[in-house]
Amino acid sequence: MKMKFKGLRVYVVAYLLFLYAPIILLPMFAFNDATIIAFPLTGFTTKWFGGLLDTPALHDAVKHSLLIACSTAIGATTLGLFAAMAGTNHRFPAKKGIMGLIMLPLVMPDIIVAVALLVVLVRVLDLHLGGWSVIVAHTLICMPFAISILNGAFANLDPAMEEAALDLGENRWTGFWLVTFPLVMPGIISSLLITFTVSLDEFIIAFFLTGTNPTMPVYIWGLLRFPEQLPIIMALGTLLVALSVLLLTIAEYFRRRGLARAGVQDKGGFL
Amino acid sequence: MSKRRFLSADERRGLTLVSPPLIYTVLLLAIPVGAIVLFSLWSQDAQDSMKVDTAFSLANYREFFSHPVYGQLLKRSLMISGLVTTATVIFAYPVAYFISFVVPTSHKSLWLFLITIPFWTSYLIRVFLWKVILGYNGVVNSGLMSLHIIDEPLTFILYNVNAVVLTLAHAYAPFAILPIYVALEKIDRSFLEASLDLGENKVTTFLRITLPLSMQGVVAAVLIVFIPTIGDYVTPKLVGGAGGTMISNMIQTQFLKLNNAPMGAALSIIAMASVTAVALFFIFLNRRWLRGRT
Repeated sequence: MKMKFKGLRVYVVAYLLFLYAPIILLPMFAFNDATIIAFPLTGFTTKWFGGLLDTPALHDAVKHSLLIACSTAIGATTLGLFAAMAGTNHRFPAKKGIMGLIMLPLVMPDIIVAVALLVVLVRVLDLHLGGWSVIVAHTLICMPFAISILNGAFANLDPAMEEAALDLGENRWTGFWLVTFPLVMPGIISSLLITFTVSLDEFIIAFFLTGTNPTMPVYIWGLLRFPEQLPIIMALGTLLVALSVLLLTIAEYFRRRGLARAGVQDKGGFL
Repeated sequence: MSKRRFLSADERRGLTLVSPPLIYTVLLLAIPVGAIVLFSLWSQDAQDSMKVDTAFSLANYREFFSHPVYGQLLKRSLMISGLVTTATVIFAYPVAYFISFVVPTSHKSLWLFLITIPFWTSYLIRVFLWKVILGYNGVVNSGLMSLHIIDEPLTFILYNVNAVVLTLAHAYAPFAILPIYVALEKIDRSFLEASLDLGENKVTTFLRITLPLSMQGVVAAVLIVFIPTIGDYVTPKLVGGAGGTMISNMIQTQFLKLNNAPMGAALSIIAMASVTAVALFFIFLNRRWLRGRT
């Protein structure tokens, strides 16, 4: 049986190589001795990682991005929690339309979200752009990710459990807090980590809305024009990839634990 | 108030719960999109960059149709998005099929995880690395030259439409694989056995059972790749060269460089409307195809 799919197996391995090609190359250039990003490699060095430490502007951008990503993760997960609860446990008028609208940012071209918010915030409301405007926009585009993860956590949660808590004298709020919340906790952690990762990496919208203080991707974008800075970017990228893989592995661990807790068979995938 | 009486307690609770995310989406998506529709009908004050002339006119749209450069950009963008979508979905389908039909159940989520990891890692740097891979002294060229397959670096792989398509197909791969995988997972395996028992071979079973039943996932994949790719201005700028610019680059220029928000708004509306029209037409074609078969 296994041998039947031999051709398919070869294809899938080739496809994975294609998917991972940039990630495999990244550390090669980050540890390479030459300023020019090309083959052949010339020698091993860690000086580009040292270069990261000597760039204060980068540190500011990273701090700025971390603050934005944390706020976004909390905002998007909280709003996503409401939507996922309403969507999985309740019926209400125009449910499909409402849920569709909330999920819409997932398929909206990012540039449309960016220019629409730019027009409203700057031209109509005459506000000053800054970290807050990026947070507001990132919360909007991260909410659908949070909802799809949390839906998984809520879908097979037995509503009878919360009802039992109500019968036993808890009110709606304490019932949720003591019963439902701990059960969906792994989903919440997974959602926080994923939305954090999306926000930290987002460039297209941040470029329009960040104002004078660049976020990390906007700062990297500025560096891409200077060839002598490229190895430092490779070093930064290597660290970022390592960080994302770590966060995603933790997120995946919690997502699976959440599914196991709800007693669902794992169908896999964040989306 | 009178309407409230028709809602049950459960419905009221549902509406209360959904209202924070709903209000957020309306305030920050629906109203802003409405605002750019309005802006597209206004025009930019030539002196004061913060001022717009609020007299309604179709001048921006007229400008779009009177200068062929805009139309060409839009046509090229739709073509690139179409190519990206076709390539992404066709190359993704066998992978989704492999995970659904070949990989043992216990390893499926590990495989899906493996496929999503590259997607979550720094987007800008990923796009930039494609430039390194495809460049004049890049990985592909130096590799092929050291193997003596070519004598001179290939130039048709960077700074053109091919490079944009390849890079975007890479970026959107998981968006195509996951919906197709979900649709394939839903297929009742006994249909396939029944088809084989009734004398179909592997290929006809795939064409008559598996493919039509997974079409829902393919459609989802097409939409989730096609619509967002039109809004990408980074990939065209980094790897597209002069021949690979897309409508989003023009929108970005109008807003951030030329400071002509009304024209940028009009271009955004036109781009969004064309993408939606193409997407709806595709859904319509697919419905007819599926109906024609039953």
